[in-house]
Amino acid sequence: MGTMKDSKRTSGRTPFISLTVNDQRYELEVGQGDDKLQVSDTLTHTLRETLGLTGTKLSCDNGACGCCTVLINGKARLSCMTLTVECDGKEIRTIEGLRDPKTRSLDPLQQAFVDHTAFQCGYCTPGMIMSAKALLNETPHPTEDEVKEALSGNFCRCISHYHVVRAVLAASEKMR
Amino acid sequence: MADTYRYIGKALPRRDAVDIVTGATRFLDDNKQIKFPDLLHAKVLRSPHPHAVIKRIDCGKARRLKGVKAVLTWEDVPDWKGGTPRVVRILDRKVRYVGDAVALVAATSEETAKKALRLIDVEYEILPAVFDVDDALKPGAPQLHDDLPGNIATPGSGILGPKGLTQVVMGDVKKGFEEADVITEGTFGYEKTPNPIPPEPPGVVALWEDPNKATFWVANQSPYLDKIALYHNFGRKIDVRIHGGPCGGSYGSRTMSWQMQTYALLLSKATGRPVKLILTKGEHLATFTLRLGSRMRAKVGMKKDGTVTAVSGTWLVGTGHYSFSTQFMVGVGAGEAQLMVRCPNWDLRPIIVCTNRNASGPVRGFGGQELKCALIPLLCLAMEKAGVDPLEFFKKNFARPGDGYFWRDGIWYTYRGAEYWRAMEKGAERFDWREKWKGWLKPSSVSGTKRRGVGVGIHGNADVGEDSSEAYVQLRPDGTVLVNSNLTEHGTGQWSNLHKVVAEVLQLPLDRVTVTPSDTLFNPYEFGPSGSRGTYAIASALIAAAEDAKKKLFEIVAPALQAGPDELDTVDGMIFARSNPERKVPWRAMGFDRTVTGIGRFEHDYSMSNCMTTFVEVEVDTETGKVDLVRVVNATDVGQIMDPQALEGQLNGCLGSAGLDSALFEETILDPSTGRTLNANMIDYKWRTFSELPPIDNVVLETPFPTHRFGAIGVGEVATAPGPIAVLIAVSNAIGTWVHEYPLTPDKILRALGKIPPVRQGGVS
Repeated sequence: MGTMKDSKRTSGRTPFISLTVNDQRYELEVGQGDDKLQVSDTLTHTLRETLGLTGTKLSCDNGACGCCTVLINGKARLSCMTLTVECDGKEIRTIEGLRDPKTRSLDPLQQAFVDHTAFQCGYCTPGMIMSAKALLNETPHPTEDEVKEALSGNFCRCISHYHVVRAVLAASEKMR
Repeated sequence: MADTYRYIGKALPRRDAVDIVTGATRFLDDNKQIKFPDLLHAKVLRSPHPHAVIKRIDCGKARRLKGVKAVLTWEDVPDWKGGTPRVVRILDRKVRYVGDAVALVAATSEETAKKALRLIDVEYEILPAVFDVDDALKPGAPQLHDDLPGNIATPGSGILGPKGLTQVVMGDVKKGFEEADVITEGTFGYEKTPNPIPPEPPGVVALWEDPNKATFWVANQSPYLDKIALYHNFGRKIDVRIHGGPCGGSYGSRTMSWQMQTYALLLSKATGRPVKLILTKGEHLATFTLRLGSRMRAKVGMKKDGTVTAVSGTWLVGTGHYSFSTQFMVGVGAGEAQLMVRCPNWDLRPIIVCTNRNASGPVRGFGGQELKCALIPLLCLAMEKAGVDPLEFFKKNFARPGDGYFWRDGIWYTYRGAEYWRAMEKGAERFDWREKWKGWLKPSSVSGTKRRGVGVGIHGNADVGEDSSEAYVQLRPDGTVLVNSNLTEHGTGQWSNLHKVVAEVLQLPLDRVTVTPSDTLFNPYEFGPSGSRGTYAIASALIAAAEDAKKKLFEIVAPALQAGPDELDTVDGMIFARSNPERKVPWRAMGFDRTVTGIGRFEHDYSMSNCMTTFVEVEVDTETGKVDLVRVVNATDVGQIMDPQALEGQLNGCLGSAGLDSALFEETILDPSTGRTLNANMIDYKWRTFSELPPIDNVVLETPFPTHRFGAIGVGEVATAPGPIAVLIAVSNAIGTWVHEYPLTPDKILRALGKIPPVRQGGVS
């Protein structure tokens, strides 16, 4: 799949980019052909199709719904609007990378979503959690309005918004 | 009652919660690489014209493109048909809306399939198109289907039974109008066909195996119904198997997936490989299920006390280019109208009309929301004339025990459901309705350019007990239970609730209950979760199966306990006589080499209804025309809460899936000069964000419902329906003049206030 770990970069024009996803470093060869990273590949595509991290969801593919939100260097970003080649040297975190890698215990934010049933169909949930995670990283104790503002780019059609706001505030409270 | 149960009514983590919050839930497009190494990707070439005949189609270049495995057109496919009546060919020489399928491509990658689409050369003979339901009925109008003369979809359907409800005609409307104190008439519409937009794109994987086996992996609401629809569409000669899975939102819309499922199957048949078809969001918005269009030309008679004496009129139901379920929806909607209005004299005649736009189907509701959003404005005019408060009207008119109605099967039912006026009254108290209601077309408060108004809407559906469900409950000697049910989770939490229900009946720890994956190969019939039927119908099948299994278990074990089977009980996998709970044996007393299976079936029962009342307060800015939703109160009686958090989610859903906001800003905008959907993306199609959440209060009564094992009745579906009409009333009151055109975008408000000129006739509005 053109995926190599810890391989050396070719000098000159760099046909490889490297990115770290959930603490795992990947080197991807850029070029033509199905087994290489196309310059047009979005980060959603790379995460889902190349790295098999299907927890990140694709919905509108147009930057409108927030389902594909991941953390890039700690900030919430739309992976469907990000080209993977732009991510050279960056740290990416997806929904699969929130659990404690050793104990497998849930992140307090994930636990709060479980406790408050802060989802209905669950399709938008990974994006919701990643947006909220970015908020709590920057603002550990947000107001309700700050939570709503941070999540205003996340589409949910079942209307789990009210439970989500409660869950995020509860997680923030727990982390005090 | 609530505290007597171990699980029912308790807020417990959903069974699938950890998978959902960790991204481990495998939605349809999340697991293809694992299951299908030789998977092909499908794309659909879609018509740019609303109505045309394909004169010539050249697929040579597309077929020669490296990686392309099949290209199919109307010339290459069997004569499989779907729809109601079954007149829609899977690929046809004629296209009937912008987005209709012209050709199908399967290729080794999605990119290659897309490239191939561009290489297909099509010559169209463009035909005149029709987009308005009244225009479509005129003599000389463009005709969509040879088999549907006059663009009228045949009313009724075999599925509704021999007497299937096609109209509401009873009593004597002439006499009714004579008895009326006030009579109003007019034409009202609810026809901007909003889109429910489930976040997961509609998709399917299909595998054809010779000679006649078709297997599908779907992400749908009712996988068993997919099997039945496809079996009939394929001429009843193909063995259809459906694998269901978690469904990333449906709101009814995914009930209507036969076309894309068949596209994938035909491509699999042509290539011998599994084929995946996932719609883009643009395709989803422009070619997948829309809400019905509804236009009613009617007349109502009312007495001063709010008694309705007569309803007569024509209900034009816009179904788009064909009908899949519109006849059933008309039957249910017509039934729901009678639940809401007690009136002895009716002459309401629906006509289902085809026009050259994308098709309509089930959208969080099944005909009643569409009917009421057009009928209630007319009733409101009568209430205004008669001086009747809408809350009092709804309280007086919603069905009470002993009332009757014709339901969708055309059979007269005597209502034996709950008395919902109590919930309406509780909701009114919470909302402070009597303080805020100042009379028709009167604002509840005015502050400078901001005017507030209140409104109320109502909806109830007797489909809570609709159709059939079946389940097997298998008890094992180790004290665990396997439940065969074909229900999949689509957001309501019902799949999780089924575990609770079985564990409650058998008094087992929850983790001892496992429900099989949704697979029509080994699960019994399941209509699926629609019409709020999960709690009353689906759960009742499981309850019956669990009770049956328990009974059989006790018959086997009774001799060992020297007691009669009727004297036994079980808790935590131990069986004992109620008179002597100290002496007990484990389930393995049944024998280590056997299992005990109970069978449960639910048969339809339309003699009861749920009911949702929604109160809203809006604030209209008379300078900008913007309407803000200030407050929402939902009021209902559910008999017994199954899961409080799931229930609250369903009630808050009043704002989602083409519900209340269909009165504020949601609409599918069709360009009448080209037939194209202008807002087929999620930026131009407006949806409510976190920043604009109004406070919602949910008032939930629990008056036990006697015929359900736990006294419960479902309400999920009906949450969306009362909102739009409540908003229409509230805005009209706020600005002091009637506004009747959904959605109430700023232009319509400013026009109603005389601040901008009326729309020019003949132009694009």
